[in-house]
Amino acid sequence: MTRYVVRRLLQMIPLLLGITVLLFAVIQAAPGGPEAALLQQDRFIDPAAIEAYRERLGVDQPVPVQYVRWLGGVVRGDLGISFSTTRPVSEMILERLPATLELMGASFLIAAVLAFLLGVTSAIRQYSWFDHLGTGLSFLGIAMPVFWFALLLQLLFAVRLGWLPVSGRSTVGVESLADHLLHLILPATVLSFRYVAGWSRYLRSSMLEVLRTDYVRTARAKGLPERVVVWRHALRNAVIPVVSVMALNLAGLFSGAVITETIFSWPGIGRMFVTAMFARDYPLLMGILLLGSTMVVFFNLVADIVYGALDPRIRYE
Amino acid sequence: MSSRSLFWQRLRRHRLAVASLVVVVLVSLACLAAPILAPFEFDQIDLRNIRQAPGPVHWLGTDDLGRDLFTRILFGGRVSILIGLLAAIVGTGFGSLVGAVAGYFGGRVDGLLMRFTDVVFSIPTLPLLIVLASYTQAGAVSMSVTIGALSWMATARVVRGEVLKIRAMEYIEAARGLGASSTRIITRHVLPNAVGPIVVGATLAVGNAIILESSLSFLGLGIQPPARTWGNMLMDAQSTMQTEPWLSIFPGMAILIVVLAVNFLGDGLQDALDPRAETR
Repeated sequence: MTRYVVRRLLQMIPLLLGITVLLFAVIQAAPGGPEAALLQQDRFIDPAAIEAYRERLGVDQPVPVQYVRWLGGVVRGDLGISFSTTRPVSEMILERLPATLELMGASFLIAAVLAFLLGVTSAIRQYSWFDHLGTGLSFLGIAMPVFWFALLLQLLFAVRLGWLPVSGRSTVGVESLADHLLHLILPATVLSFRYVAGWSRYLRSSMLEVLRTDYVRTARAKGLPERVVVWRHALRNAVIPVVSVMALNLAGLFSGAVITETIFSWPGIGRMFVTAMFARDYPLLMGILLLGSTMVVFFNLVADIVYGALDPRIRYE
Repeated sequence: MSSRSLFWQRLRRHRLAVASLVVVVLVSLACLAAPILAPFEFDQIDLRNIRQAPGPVHWLGTDDLGRDLFTRILFGGRVSILIGLLAAIVGTGFGSLVGAVAGYFGGRVDGLLMRFTDVVFSIPTLPLLIVLASYTQAGAVSMSVTIGALSWMATARVVRGEVLKIRAMEYIEAARGLGASSTRIITRHVLPNAVGPIVVGATLAVGNAIILESSLSFLGLGIQPPARTWGNMLMDAQSTMQTEPWLSIFPGMAILIVVLAVNFLGDGLQDALDPRAETR
């Protein structure tokens, strides 16, 4: 197992290198360059000043030179200096990371709990009204435009009913856990909806397969309560493929956070990304995209490892 | 029984999929026929009837310039559905090509193409799409190509797998023995046999692209007015959500219905095209 993990970790290096090359190329292809953000402000700027600005940012150099310079920094943990704030990118990301991880974590938890309840119950009551409702909900989860769903929830629970705060991470001047959790409910619900849908369907079909196996029949035959058969015996095997899908989707939560954070003014990385995009802050964009990609690659590995750890029949050698 | 009639028989049994197909076709036709069907002119301003709630004259209400919402949804659907279809064609086409070439030639070509697929697959799609969309003057075609360019990877992997299976079959060897070129074998023999997963993937891609366009619209990076899409109608309606909720509810419903139908259809197609799926 250790050897397998080490080998996989080593394989990540060329993949991540490829990712940085592609990302750098895409970011550099931006028409207008970083000075375009300055020029948008509609006032005359001396061309010499623009040249000096470009030189100071280092974007006057050929792209390969910039790339090597940037990569050299990344290897040493330096993601460069943000164009718009002139602060280190890594510092800015670390500052925002807790908010995003909190949102992702809460969404993951909500999605996992609901998906398990929904998935298992639909499976043991196949073709019941509950099962059909679950199927309907899961398709809704996939077809619903995220921000529309968010706006509807905001309108209903925050504006009309006034139960929950409209946006933000906490009320100004209030420092309490309850206030914090209240702010978390809406964005986390929105972000988790799609995964509740996907995972519960997946668990349902996996459960249905396991419930038909001989060992489950044996467990029932020897008189075990149905509750024990389902939740202890069957679920244990049914959960294996689902867990690896869940690990894979963890990185998808990062993508979803971009929209969700923007709607709910959640002070995380997703919202910072949108700001950086409009400001053409290349180093910050690169830093965030690299972080997101690293998450994807990392959780891919986690998914495989978890799969092997849960299913003793799978051996990686 | 021929495989085609078997396919239709299986699909018909999937009542939800058939209903969805009907919905998709009807909505598409209605949007296509918008200039004839729409009760009002697309941009007809009527200042005496601004911000009307849904009623007998304006079925879905009017906006702050008195323009008929139902009419605008019909016209908006033309662009939204067009983007969905185009993006699906671009993404599926490119993905199939990459997958087929990689699977058919194998070896170094395969390695190179699949590593490239891995790289693109590892970058979070929506953030990258946001960056790319901010470069282009968003028109329907460039938007579709951009979305397609980031949604081909799953198709490529699936098609490659299918091609690897098909390549080992005897009839491919026979075709090669008869002197058929690689291009001919791929387009005539390999791809038609991998058509199942390709069609299913393409169907789901249509819904996905419509959703992505609406997400981009939310950030102001989608199709720009005066052209209308369901996505940018939603964005415009955000500020009036409290006072005129119908302006955001109906375009959202339009997206929801079409994407839902497309997904049900994809689900039904999957069952109908998979010979191993159990029939119930």
